[in-house]
Amino acid sequence: MSDVVLRLAEVERVYRAGEGSVWALAGVSLTVRAGELVAVMGPSGSGKSTLLSIAGGLEVPTSGSVEVAGVRLGGLDSTAVAHLRRDRIGYVFQDFNLVTDLTAAENVALPLELGGSSARAARASAITALDEVGLPEVADRFPDQLSGGQQQRVAIARALVGERRLVLADEPTGALDSQTSLAVLQVLRARIDGGAAGVLVTHEARYAGWADRTVFLRDGRLVDTTPERDDARRLLAEPS
Amino acid sequence: MQRNAVRWGLLALFVDGPKYGYQLRTELDTRTGGSWAVNVGQIYTTLDRLVRDGLVATEGADAEGRELYMLTEPGRVALAEWYLTPVTETERPRNELAIKLAMAARDPSVDITIVVQHQRTESMRQLRDYTDLRRQANEDVDLTWSLFLDHLIFALEGELRWLDHVEATVLRRRYTRPAPASTYAPTPPEAAEIAESGRARR
Repeated sequence: MSDVVLRLAEVERVYRAGEGSVWALAGVSLTVRAGELVAVMGPSGSGKSTLLSIAGGLEVPTSGSVEVAGVRLGGLDSTAVAHLRRDRIGYVFQDFNLVTDLTAAENVALPLELGGSSARAARASAITALDEVGLPEVADRFPDQLSGGQQQRVAIARALVGERRLVLADEPTGALDSQTSLAVLQVLRARIDGGAAGVLVTHEARYAGWADRTVFLRDGRLVDTTPERDDARRLLAEPS
Repeated sequence: MQRNAVRWGLLALFVDGPKYGYQLRTELDTRTGGSWAVNVGQIYTTLDRLVRDGLVATEGADAEGRELYMLTEPGRVALAEWYLTPVTETERPRNELAIKLAMAARDPSVDITIVVQHQRTESMRQLRDYTDLRRQANEDVDLTWSLFLDHLIFALEGELRWLDHVEATVLRRRYTRPAPASTYAPTPPEAAEIAESGRARR
């Protein structure tokens, strides 16, 4: 279907370790559609970060296929993958990863300028993106003039600026207190509801609750997935 | 315990003014999302007891002729005491999930990861659905409902953490002890087989 933004099919990632091999991912299939946020949980070493790196084209799977916005990464050379990453995929990290010497708007505009947009057009898109995460007033401030929560919202704006429709978030609330974390998730969720697709790696079940689905990784395999939504009010009225 | 909670819950509803019987039911329902499932009969019985104990008194009728009740001074004092008394009796020790997993953990023929997985999927589904409700809830409009949902969310978060802990603990112990004779996955189609093989082993 055309609204599939990310598709992993039977992805394996094997690392050589001395004489033997370690399967970081052992046949993972995952589809994320526009408007969908999928949380990935699992113990450390279960393959969460590898999954995210492969989904973002930062790492190449040993076998299986990765498709972003209808384009199969395996068929591209490294330059084309880099362009696809820059134009289609945004990352949000635990430690925000904003460029300290650039203002919030410049940070958000950066991937567009690197992609060839004029400075003026890039800034206009950046302002729109900042507006969408509820931070129009911080456009000309530098990261160290922003709170952690604000920096993370700027990072989300950058992750989804322009044509970018896939956000890969690795513990985005890891460095934030619980109220700020909720504010960040609210923004992320709003952007997803607006048509983006997202993968959220988290070890906090409470934050995974914001996703449409949660998948659990164990030893490189998906072991379970949250089923479809129920009528939550009925769930409350008739505790099972 | 549940009856006691209803008694105090009802009493607390009177702080913002006189109410009639059915109104109590509606308010309790809205504020707990119906999860208390208190029937009208129980509301009226409890209300009668509150009147009998002098914590609530009748206060005429409203324009539609419905009898109104209000909090008395002793009722206000009792309510304040309730707020200050920590809850000690809970149903926690009798939680079915706790019993199930604690039992499963000591049975070497049970594959604990599968038991945990089934539960985790269900707990996660509930957590997601409550989170949806919480996102729609407005603290300014209904603080009780919002905080009640937070309670459910935090409880499920704790439950999920505990599930991870159970799984990790059992696996760690099994890796450092002799392997069990056999393991099973308690999925429905296999249940009969399990019972069979269990009997055969014994």
